[in-house]
Amino acid sequence: MRYLVGGCLALLAVAMLVDATLHPALAQNPFGAPRPAPDAQVGGIVGWLLAKQSEFYREMSSTIRAAKSDGSAVWTLLAISFAYGIFHAAGPGHGKAVISSYLVANEETARRGIALSFASALMQALVAVAIVGICAWLLNATAKTMCGAERAIEIASYALIAAFGARLVWTKGGGFFRALQARHPAPAMAHAHHDHGHHHDHHHHHHDDHVHDEHCGHSHGPTPDQLAGPGGWRRGFGAIFAVGIRPCSGAILVLVFALAQGLFWAGVAATFVMGLGTAITVATIAVIAVSAKDLARRLSAGRDGGGALVMRGLEFGAAGLVLLLGVGLLAGYIAAERVTCF
Amino acid sequence: MGPGVRRDDVSKFLRPAFALFALLLAFTAPASAHPHVWVVAASELIYAADGTISGVRHAWTFDDMFSTYAVQGIESKTKGVYTSEELAPLAQTNVESLKEFGFFTFAKADGKKEKFLEPVDYYLEQKDGALVLHFTLPFKTPFKTKALALEIYDPSFFVDFSLAKQDPIRLVGAPASCTLAIQRPNDGTAGAQKLNEQTFMNGENSNYGAMFANKVTVDCP
Repeated sequence: MRYLVGGCLALLAVAMLVDATLHPALAQNPFGAPRPAPDAQVGGIVGWLLAKQSEFYREMSSTIRAAKSDGSAVWTLLAISFAYGIFHAAGPGHGKAVISSYLVANEETARRGIALSFASALMQALVAVAIVGICAWLLNATAKTMCGAERAIEIASYALIAAFGARLVWTKGGGFFRALQARHPAPAMAHAHHDHGHHHDHHHHHHDDHVHDEHCGHSHGPTPDQLAGPGGWRRGFGAIFAVGIRPCSGAILVLVFALAQGLFWAGVAATFVMGLGTAITVATIAVIAVSAKDLARRLSAGRDGGGALVMRGLEFGAAGLVLLLGVGLLAGYIAAERVTCF
Repeated sequence: MGPGVRRDDVSKFLRPAFALFALLLAFTAPASAHPHVWVVAASELIYAADGTISGVRHAWTFDDMFSTYAVQGIESKTKGVYTSEELAPLAQTNVESLKEFGFFTFAKADGKKEKFLEPVDYYLEQKDGALVLHFTLPFKTPFKTKALALEIYDPSFFVDFSLAKQDPIRLVGAPASCTLAIQRPNDGTAGAQKLNEQTFMNGENSNYGAMFANKVTVDCP
């Protein structure tokens, strides 16, 4: 059993490496910030979301069965999967926490937030298909083995979130404390911060010589040219990898079920459509987070130097949140979506 | 710029930041509250000859999707048909994994929690394509009680338990005077809507599933 888990993981690792060679940036950036993945509900709409999710999810199995004899049921399956993806991700989880915090901790645009959301959801779908494709379809491993692989990935992802968060806290902490100090002697200079906040951080990197920050890029805000070029995308890969590495348990179940019905391709299609739905929800939250930061910037602007302090404090806090999430998930204080292990 | 003034400034400046954090937290407050596995439970309360309660015997029927998922990769003589012998290793895994979750079974005698021993007599059977897990949970110390409360639920609501429509709970060998009352989660969604952000902010989501608990009470005057 154990070697099967190992084999599964090794194959997955190979798949990841192949993926990494396709995207050199991934290889350069070993720090991923995996998603916190908790699958939570908020607010009074909880019940409604819950009911909808369960409804869609339960319909999936019967629809896949129906698709065996009636091909048109696949369209129903895709529609259900899409809706499920949207509703399922509506609660916290699926990378919203990490992506939103990452966006707030950095000078990011809404457009990049949307791109990150879609890329990470796509990766989640790819990992789910890879796990089931390799473990169940190729190796005919048992659910227990797959679960072992899922668990290992889960732990790795939480550790990565914590590491990613620690890194953000380290870099953002510097910016925050310098902003605190800058307030007293030179208010005029501090004022410049909220207009060109990245300048300050940027200098810091030359002083401290944290070369690797150039890859991760969570340390300073991008200048427009960084955003435009391929280098701008490279910085987001940490977040994408981190968030995308842990697949949704629901997708795994659907894929295995579809495989057993001899309709693996339908399961794969459903998984990607589900990812699309998830991406839309995550992107919405990401845009809200970015807009909220803009609002904070506007509210604090013109407060003579305080603006920079607020913004650095905000970024520092967002960085801390990523670290807390990672540690909390790793220590089990925060309940994540459970891996189906029994 | 005196230190007092500065502190005041800081608090004023940080207010929008805190507001944003509250928002961010609201979006990130974690709780796993969406079932992926459905179980229809039918259980028996086993009484010894002297009227003590010795254990709980469960028969849990899993949903279609999970039943299919669980048998993935398991060899069988006839494709898609599994005997209890072929499913024995899976049953072993099931009861071992369920231990971590306290077998989703919570018993109280006169308000006091009763502990279970390791499960015995466990096996899986395939019934109409669905997996049914049978297992018996013996109480650590068999006891007599006037009021027994038994709950079957997953606090994290990953597994959605519901009691079977017919004879969900049976009293085996109970004194004739005992009466049984069953309380199903009237409607999960109604309970859930009572929740608000506060519920999730104060970290009490760990017992979220309690709203969906199936509660059985047995009174033996």
